[in-house]
Amino acid sequence: MSAKFMFRDIISILDFTREDLETLFEFADRFIKINEKLEILKGKIVALAFFEPSTRTRLSFEVAAKKLGADVISIVGEEASSIAKGESFADTIRMLDSYSDLIVVRHRFEGAAKYAAEIAEKPVINAGDGRQHHPTQAMIDLYTIKKLFGEIDGLTYAVLGDLRYGRAATSFIYGLTLYKPKKVYLVSPPQLRIRDEVRRELIDRGLVFEEKNSILEVIEEIDVLYVTRIQKERFPDPVEYEKVRGSYIVTLGMLMKGKPHLKVLHPLPKVDEIDYSVDNSKYAAYFYQAKLGIPIRMALLSLVLGAG
Amino acid sequence: MPSGEVHTLIVPKILEGTVIDHIPAGKALEILKVLGISGQEGLRIAVLMNVESKKLGKKDIIKIEKKKLTVDEVNVIALIAPTATINIIENFIVVEKFKARVPDVVENIIKCPNPTCITNKDREPLKSRFRTISREPLLLQCDYCGVIVTRDDIPRLIRR
Repeated sequence: MSAKFMFRDIISILDFTREDLETLFEFADRFIKINEKLEILKGKIVALAFFEPSTRTRLSFEVAAKKLGADVISIVGEEASSIAKGESFADTIRMLDSYSDLIVVRHRFEGAAKYAAEIAEKPVINAGDGRQHHPTQAMIDLYTIKKLFGEIDGLTYAVLGDLRYGRAATSFIYGLTLYKPKKVYLVSPPQLRIRDEVRRELIDRGLVFEEKNSILEVIEEIDVLYVTRIQKERFPDPVEYEKVRGSYIVTLGMLMKGKPHLKVLHPLPKVDEIDYSVDNSKYAAYFYQAKLGIPIRMALLSLVLGAG
Repeated sequence: MPSGEVHTLIVPKILEGTVIDHIPAGKALEILKVLGISGQEGLRIAVLMNVESKKLGKKDIIKIEKKKLTVDEVNVIALIAPTATINIIENFIVVEKFKARVPDVVENIIKCPNPTCITNKDREPLKSRFRTISREPLLLQCDYCGVIVTRDDIPRLIRR
């Protein structure tokens, strides 16, 4: 089973089948309860190449690698490395390819991870490329839902926020196409709707979805609310931003209109899109979701490096 | 003057080379651009624009002497001129004739319109690559960033 992952590049969640993800989830289940450091990847070196800021993703990859017994080398931020001196991304990847057994890459340019995978002989894991893909986040999101509800099929979802530029939201929606959700509501201001190529992909894959302006229209119907941040800089006119901002802040009062078992997910970091009163409520699943980042990334690293 | 004489006068036959016929009117210069022909190569070229056509009403024609287009070059023409027919000439005779067809993969011909696509990053030894996801209407998808371009976008995206 694990042969499907061995030495494979992880670029987009769309490269996977639900069977692949089931294998990954079963593997993650084994790691979830283990607290001691393992030696599964002893002697392996994992390179973390983060050309764009990250806290959770970088740290959880680092913790996952270390818990498996691997050593970790890192590039953090373009300023800290030779890239500031003008070295090409391609040359940096070639260097990491010769120093390590696996490269985790995050970059603000779309397609950077795919390009890195074409250059490197070692497997490349995409930890976010511009607005496009964030496959390991989608794996965590789907795993969280599986843990909370026991299944991913048959539920009604709403994805709220910046669906145009947000890679986590896009990857999550792509991930849902591998399953059979009852319905997916895509809730955003008109200027932050999913991109044309994403819409085309969803239609091709037969996802049942509908685009909405307000979460209040669907709050009573949904089982999972996936929230992402709307960034001020996406709006050319700050007045426009202020106008829409309020309708995309999730409050406890709003959630109480929904089903009792409704759960709120968020890829984090969150700023002010979820009111603090939600954090300690039964609805908040995002801290649990962040915690599952470790077992999922442990499972992925060990499967890709053939330690399955 | 009878019209036949006019045509004989302005469209002489070529000894050997390529005739690109049935180009949509006004597109000839764009085709030369995608083929990377600037006129500096020294090739003898006839460019006819907006001439009468039974099929198209009006059309453009390009005759290039002493240059036989390759299959790849022919395919590139299809990006701009789906109706074009390509005739390879030897000794004044058409020895090969084919219709332009958009290739499955379009590499290094058009640039990606997305400024944050990795193919637009400075100092990277990387060629643009698009996959043809539909021929009619023409839709090409960037293999790196996923952006979709249509036939109308293509002229302004040509690299050469």
